[in-house]
Amino acid sequence: MAVDLYETLGVAKDAAADKVRTAYRKLAKTNHPDLNPGNKAAEERFKAIASAYDILSDPAKRTRYDSGAIDETGAERPPSRPSWSDHAEGPRGQKYRYERADMAGGEDFSDIFGDLFGKGGGSEGLRMRGRDRVFSLDVPFLDAVRGTTSRISLPEGKSMDVQIPAGIDQGQVLRLKGQGSPGLGGEASGDALIEVRIQPHPHYTRTGNDILIDLPISVCEAMLGGKISVPTATGPVTMTVPAKSSTGTKLRLRGRGIPARGTRPVGDQYVTLQIVLDPTDEALAAFLRDREPGGFDPRRDLMEAA
Amino acid sequence: MTIDELLGEVAGLRMEALNSWIANNWVRPQGQQGVYLFEAIDVARVRLIVTLHEELQVEEEALPIVLSLLDQLHDARRLMLRLQSAIEEAVPTDAKQKLRDHLQRIIEPD
Repeated sequence: MAVDLYETLGVAKDAAADKVRTAYRKLAKTNHPDLNPGNKAAEERFKAIASAYDILSDPAKRTRYDSGAIDETGAERPPSRPSWSDHAEGPRGQKYRYERADMAGGEDFSDIFGDLFGKGGGSEGLRMRGRDRVFSLDVPFLDAVRGTTSRISLPEGKSMDVQIPAGIDQGQVLRLKGQGSPGLGGEASGDALIEVRIQPHPHYTRTGNDILIDLPISVCEAMLGGKISVPTATGPVTMTVPAKSSTGTKLRLRGRGIPARGTRPVGDQYVTLQIVLDPTDEALAAFLRDREPGGFDPRRDLMEAA
Repeated sequence: MTIDELLGEVAGLRMEALNSWIANNWVRPQGQQGVYLFEAIDVARVRLIVTLHEELQVEEEALPIVLSLLDQLHDARRLMLRLQSAIEEAVPTDAKQKLRDHLQRIIEPD
């Protein structure tokens, strides 16, 4: 018996395209196989809904269906491919296991069936190295540059001190031997793996072994130059600004970047000057107003190139 | 497949959206930025997110909740399927019958 596609979607024969789309979405939301794993009836309904929509959403196909040139299966069917549920319940499904902070390694039956198997004495004689446990640790920018000791709390209520070596970089993993789950039957404990996430700093940024900072200076310091104090990760240092420096001028403080470690040499700090005006400086404004204009045009190169 | 092949394979997929999904760990290809490798389940995962977002109109902000619930649902189903096959393989017939009777008693019919 022929199926009426309009009935499948529950719309009138003269329904406008957006009505068809709305009806399809409404039905798809309740019947989509990705949202109803293992529900064969919903899957069949969704197939019917999807192929009805495939035809009715395409003006050319809809016209041909209305005129009887194609039947309800259409000239071409939507390609059938395994649904997400097929993949998720297949051999690789574990790859998209729900992520819990306190869980690492393979799927864990003992979470749910531990009591069940425990009662039967099933773990007797079982020898197994403890599992590694994975943690992530947020480290403030400056602590990461200088190195520090950080305390992390474990899910079971204990806490653990972690040495953060100076200059540690984003995503580096620290391994603490024997701090993972205990082993069974006298075997060694697993390790704790701590992934370091460095929190951004409002003024410093890191690229490689160098630290970058934007440094505000006054018009006077920019024009006449002089010695100014610059913050670094290891405390303020004095730097000479050359006379007639513009915004964007980059100066280097050698050895003031990420500290050396192993074979990695020490980095530098790069200071980018930013001229900041004092909006209350009426004397400077008056001086500039009364001054003979010079021939300097800062946009000359730009205007010629653009 | 590579990221370029994937972008060609899935209609309506944009590079920047994909990169943000990878950054959020919603999609978990092998390798790293620039040299990602997607296996069949990763491609299906991308299709799932495209379907949820484009077809079922799940908003970007709601996606993590929907994905986490789906992942938990499938975790539970995988566990159940394994338990089922373990019972099938390892439990003697009379014990299976006991289990079935017990389940019938504790699961209320609608």
